[in-house]
Amino acid sequence: MTVKYSKEHEWVKVDGDIATIGITNHAQEQLGDVVFVELPKVGKQVTKGGDAAVVESVKAASEVYAPVTGEVVEVNAELEGDPALVNREAEGGAWFMKVKLKDTGELAELMDKAAYDKFVAG
Amino acid sequence: MTEATHRTALYNQHVKLGARMVPFAGYHMPVQYPTGILGEHNWTRTSAGLFDVSHMGQCFVMGPDFETTAAAMERVVPADIKGLQPKQQRYSQLLAEGGGILDDMMITRADYKGYEGWLYVVVNAGRKHHDYKWIADHLSSGVTFKPGEAMSLVALQGPKAEDVLAKLNSAARGIKFMHYESLKLDGIEAHISRSGYTGEDGFEISVHDKDVVRLWNLLLADPAVKPIGLGARDSLRLEGGFCLYGHDIDESTSPVEADLMWSIAKRRRAEGEFIGAARVQKELAEGPKRKRVGIKPEGRAPAREGTVITDQAGRHIGVITSGGFGPTANGPVAMGYVETQSSAPGTPVQLIVRDKPMPAQIMKLPFVPNNFKR
Repeated sequence: MTVKYSKEHEWVKVDGDIATIGITNHAQEQLGDVVFVELPKVGKQVTKGGDAAVVESVKAASEVYAPVTGEVVEVNAELEGDPALVNREAEGGAWFMKVKLKDTGELAELMDKAAYDKFVAG
Repeated sequence: MTEATHRTALYNQHVKLGARMVPFAGYHMPVQYPTGILGEHNWTRTSAGLFDVSHMGQCFVMGPDFETTAAAMERVVPADIKGLQPKQQRYSQLLAEGGGILDDMMITRADYKGYEGWLYVVVNAGRKHHDYKWIADHLSSGVTFKPGEAMSLVALQGPKAEDVLAKLNSAARGIKFMHYESLKLDGIEAHISRSGYTGEDGFEISVHDKDVVRLWNLLLADPAVKPIGLGARDSLRLEGGFCLYGHDIDESTSPVEADLMWSIAKRRRAEGEFIGAARVQKELAEGPKRKRVGIKPEGRAPAREGTVITDQAGRHIGVITSGGFGPTANGPVAMGYVETQSSAPGTPVQLIVRDKPMPAQIMKLPFVPNNFKR
């Protein structure tokens, strides 16, 4: 399975035509303590670059943009009861949603780990 | 206001402690240390938090004797200044001619030999240049104003603050709520008031810039003390029900609307001899059209500043002026203004968050009971 990264600090792990999406460890560090996550409804169509979820820290609310286009087929309900999981396991257990990809070609526009690390280092 | 050009005398300490620095009111200030906002908030509620608030404006109003100075200051602020006892401190506001709030502040009656005609005033960082001119311009002749020079200010807040400070000088235990004492802390001359902005017991300690690094590190050496940034300062004050200038109060809001009438004594309301009195007296007589209230969202989603408040039918009745997550309240908390007829605690309202109505209730402030040692 390959993991790709967006400039909006999301990670995308692809298995067949299903993409699991979360926010990067760098993003959670920048946000600080996460206190609330609003997830999309299963069945929602998300569009690359469009709103997909909201993550709120003590300080502020931040939009999570969909890094790919497709239909939300599953969301991580655990985040609703334990939003701080995003701080503990941003790139693992704290995935946000699974999306059935409409166009796997979009993945080519995302960065690999090395490119993302370089992007973050600025 | 986004550009930070000033550093407090503690800047290098913040950097050394790993703080995330942000521009605030023209200063580079720590928004959080590695502990993080939640941890810092909880630490302050259960132990003792140390805050650098040296960006605030410390200044003096000076006359030949207390009576003269108090009379001049009562023209400028609505609080009972003549009634201040030596060493006593009061919260007040600067009002515009139209009665809107220009800033809020703490005013203390000095009790040093030779300085009996002085008041010590602390104003908000972002307003200090405005305030300094305003105060100076509105004092009567014979009473003058000057900004403090090379003065730092730190706050030690939390249930263990007294024990921590008493280790440096046991007389700290004797400082009464909203009073000051001038004490030596390991040889450092310190002016210490029992006051703060967290809702906890605690102290605000004014020292010379040259002494503040040593004092800061002395206090941090106590295992009960951790440094706390502006992020937790904001969540602590919000739970404590305190106004943040520029958000919960500004020139459009009056002290009556802001529910700050506890800070304006009966004599002053009746006499009205202060700038902005006409609006205050009119609103007291007729009732204000809107009021500052606490608002408790029912779910887990915070409602931020600017969120529209509607009644059950969807009619716009107000707006949130401060909102976020309250770690001690363990949920979202907010304050804002609503029409007076909808301001009773328990009134159900709706908050429009991301275009969706979210159920909430008007709540009595504070969200977390104040823990002052009176």
